[in-house]
Amino acid sequence: MPLLEARGVHGGYGGMNILNGVDMAIEANEVGVIVGPNGAGKSTMLKAIFGLLTVSQGEILLRGEPIHNLPPNKLVQRGMGFVPQEKNVFPSLTVKENLEMGAFLKPGNVKRMLKHVYDFFPPLYDKRHQPAGELSGGQRQMVAMGRALMAEPDVLLLDEPTAGLSPLYMNEIFERVKEINAAGVGILMVEQNAKQALAIADKGFVLAAGMNRFTDTGAALLADPEVAKSFLGG
Amino acid sequence: MNELVFFINNVIVAGSVTGSIYAIGAIGVTLIFSIMRFAHFAHADMMTFGTFMVLLLTLAFPGAGGAVGLPTPIVMLPLAMVLTALLAVGIDKAFYKPLRAHGVKPIVMVIASLGVTLMLQGVIRLFAGTGSQNLYLAGERKEIYRLDVPFEMAARPIIVTEPQVILFLLTIVCVVGLHLFLNRTRLGKAMRAMSDNPDLARASGINTNHIVAVTWVIAGGLAAIAGTLLSLDVTFKPDLSFFLLLPIFAAAIVGGVGHPYGAIAGGFVVGFAETLAVFNWTVLLRPVQHLFPAWLEIPRNLAFVGTEYKIVVPFFILVAILVWRPTGLFKGKVI
Amino acid sequence: MSTQHTERREDTVAAPSRFPLREIVLFGALLVAVLGVYAVMGTAYSTRMLVEAACYAILALGLTIQWGYAGQFNAGVMGFVALGGFCTMFLSVPLNDAFWATELPGELGRALLYVAAAILVVYGATKLDRLGVPKRLRTLIAIVLAVVLYLVVISMLRGVTGEIQSRAGFIGGLGLPAWSGWIVGGALAGGLGYFIGRICLGLRSDYLAIATLGIAEIIKAFLKNSDWLTRGTATVSPLPWPTPGPSTLGFTLARAAYLSLTAVMIAVIFFLLHRAYHAPWGRMIRAIRDNEISAAAMGKDINRRRLEIFVLGCILMGIGGGALASFNSIFDPNGYLPLNHTFLVLVMVILGGPGNNLGTIFGAVAVYIIWLMSEPLALFLMHGAAAIGEGWFGWEPPGNLDSRALQARVFVIGLLITLVLRFAPQGLLPEKVRHHG
Repeated sequence: MPLLEARGVHGGYGGMNILNGVDMAIEANEVGVIVGPNGAGKSTMLKAIFGLLTVSQGEILLRGEPIHNLPPNKLVQRGMGFVPQEKNVFPSLTVKENLEMGAFLKPGNVKRMLKHVYDFFPPLYDKRHQPAGELSGGQRQMVAMGRALMAEPDVLLLDEPTAGLSPLYMNEIFERVKEINAAGVGILMVEQNAKQALAIADKGFVLAAGMNRFTDTGAALLADPEVAKSFLGG
Repeated sequence: MNELVFFINNVIVAGSVTGSIYAIGAIGVTLIFSIMRFAHFAHADMMTFGTFMVLLLTLAFPGAGGAVGLPTPIVMLPLAMVLTALLAVGIDKAFYKPLRAHGVKPIVMVIASLGVTLMLQGVIRLFAGTGSQNLYLAGERKEIYRLDVPFEMAARPIIVTEPQVILFLLTIVCVVGLHLFLNRTRLGKAMRAMSDNPDLARASGINTNHIVAVTWVIAGGLAAIAGTLLSLDVTFKPDLSFFLLLPIFAAAIVGGVGHPYGAIAGGFVVGFAETLAVFNWTVLLRPVQHLFPAWLEIPRNLAFVGTEYKIVVPFFILVAILVWRPTGLFKGKVI
Repeated sequence: MSTQHTERREDTVAAPSRFPLREIVLFGALLVAVLGVYAVMGTAYSTRMLVEAACYAILALGLTIQWGYAGQFNAGVMGFVALGGFCTMFLSVPLNDAFWATELPGELGRALLYVAAAILVVYGATKLDRLGVPKRLRTLIAIVLAVVLYLVVISMLRGVTGEIQSRAGFIGGLGLPAWSGWIVGGALAGGLGYFIGRICLGLRSDYLAIATLGIAEIIKAFLKNSDWLTRGTATVSPLPWPTPGPSTLGFTLARAAYLSLTAVMIAVIFFLLHRAYHAPWGRMIRAIRDNEISAAAMGKDINRRRLEIFVLGCILMGIGGGALASFNSIFDPNGYLPLNHTFLVLVMVILGGPGNNLGTIFGAVAVYIIWLMSEPLALFLMHGAAAIGEGWFGWEPPGNLDSRALQARVFVIGLLITLVLRFAPQGLLPEKVRHHG
């Protein structure tokens, strides 16, 4: 049984369907990457999984249990974490407080997980008493991922974690994603930097017009000339 | 020196009293604004409701204060705070929550809160009438402390009344308590988080409905304190609401909307501005009259505005801050 | 050329005309209600009610263009109404010889000249930086000058006005026709609206509500306490009518004449608003309300349009307030209540249909009838409750029962506002949204 599975998901905003039947599945030890052109519904799919928009048709399963249209706080309780692309920190809260908010539902975890996250993202320890709004983009992304990790999720959804970051930070983030996955957290992320993302992906999903175009392992998709031509810029 | 004592009594003491009351009221308004993003026009009537509860409880248990050694209304205040907090949560469930669920514009929430304020006014005045009433019922008297000034020339003492002392103490307790709550507790931090970024708060598993309810509890409790202390200082007037709203909103905006510490500062700014504006400066100028040329006669009344125009002061401050710096002195989050 | 083009386009894109069933049913019911009131309460009373409802309809039209067309919420209708009422009183009441025959007008004029001079001096001080004075110093000088001159001028004014009050009562009116007061009242209300709008319209909509609520209370406080100008709580009456009064025509006929005047005013306002609403100007206003960002992106001057609509609404409120004061023939600053002059108008608008002029007029008349009829009803219910309480439980009813019973109406208005917002946010006659292409 896959950790996270979507079957024929339809959905969108205010009656307009953006997703027209998307299937995807990842296992606990896998990194799944969603790529595709602008407007293909990549971020929308992530939001649909995380209960931020209504799924009109199809189902989403977490460990075999249907979770579609559950509110986000219930999903966090069931072991799902979500890092939005923009506005992903609480700017006036300190870094430490941001992280504490991640463990809001598991207050017993705070001490242990704080240490864990600081070990994972050492720069955050030095800045722990600074308001998150004052950090650089890359550090904010670390705060955002750290916050999601605080709840010890089984699966982490990342919406374009490297958007707007310098190549240096981008590699750093991808490294961290691999490490998080190695620690037993399933990853599903949307990426614009498709080549680098597929390089670390166990599974890749190429979406276009709200539907699956290609689904395969990351390596196979990178090798597929058709995918390369239409979606990876040659 | 007598003039200086007069100044202290009429400006320093009076300004701190009104300032504290506005500050406590403005904290509630600003918290509601930062969590629910609308100006809550029913706040002043929530204050009146809290006071009315104190009045009813005092009537029901007139002897309670004597047993503890405090004025009965103060003893009844915690219970009234609970009742007002319950009312606030109930109003939210009945009137604001359905609108929020519809995703209406903030201004529609404002109109709804005006509807709520009318309903509260109607109910309170139906039972309490419109006349003013003293919270000190027969048998209890306001304790008055006279502090003699250690100067030879000062014949008159500085006067502070018991409710004023209680007011200062309670204000300090409220401010410190709020500070600890917002910075040290899990719920307080979650409240700040929701005020920063409601979507992310939801994505972190914070139950936003829960935070909204907590906000109403705090705002309701503070409203009961502010209303009761105001009525203890003067009298309980059921029809004060629109006159209280303006200074409280002005205080919240001066401090930067959504900024609790700013609201406290704003409350004192507005409170002192009011007392300074109605203070008759002739009192201070008369002793130094001999320094002025003979043709310059100081008028008997040299106040900026008469007490009947007191409400102009917060309005003026409001306009000035909106023109000069709409985010407020402390850079509020939401404009 | 271009106007013609848009005009034609509007016609072609207009929604297919339907039989106005809802309008006919609602207005039919209203007519039945009015006839019912006529049958029960007599013609003189009922005509009075209709005139007042007509005046309220003008206020409601003012609010509906602010709230319905542009989404601006004015919580201080009362202030603009009171301003219109004051101007009408000041212009239409006969001259007061006890004032004009003395040297007091000269003194008042001199004090006002000093006010003007002081304003000029302070304004000049704010421009001192042009002469090379550092900006901080300039600000300091301007503030100190403003404070000192303000104190000088205000104590001077206090002296003169105190004299006027003790020797002449108040300065009286100008003896002009009532309609001139309505026009000046509208202009003054518009001017005040311009001032408030300039400050608040670029900010969050909540701020406009706060500021208007405040200015309304300030206007009331000013009118109530300026005895030299308004006689304060002593009230001024009678105010002359623009139409022949009851002494020449009798109550019913005189009121009918007044009613026809207000009806003509409403018709003119209605027609002009209808034209404006369907002109490019109206479309722009609605575009701004519905999607501010895209309207701004299309290069529309949002704040200017907003200011126009807000001022226009305030003007209508001033005129309506003038008409109301003339008709009641009394100027009583204490009679201006937020409930009667702000929230009642609000209920009329949101119940009738914000943005729909016909719906607003329907709402104004219907709500006003209910409002008037609710007074005896509230008293009746309260007395009934008191009688039951006394008879069954030996409960002593409070002395001021009647004034308390009227507070029940405050509650009902509040409840009505919240319920309409929740269950019928579009009102009974919703604004017809055309999908212009």
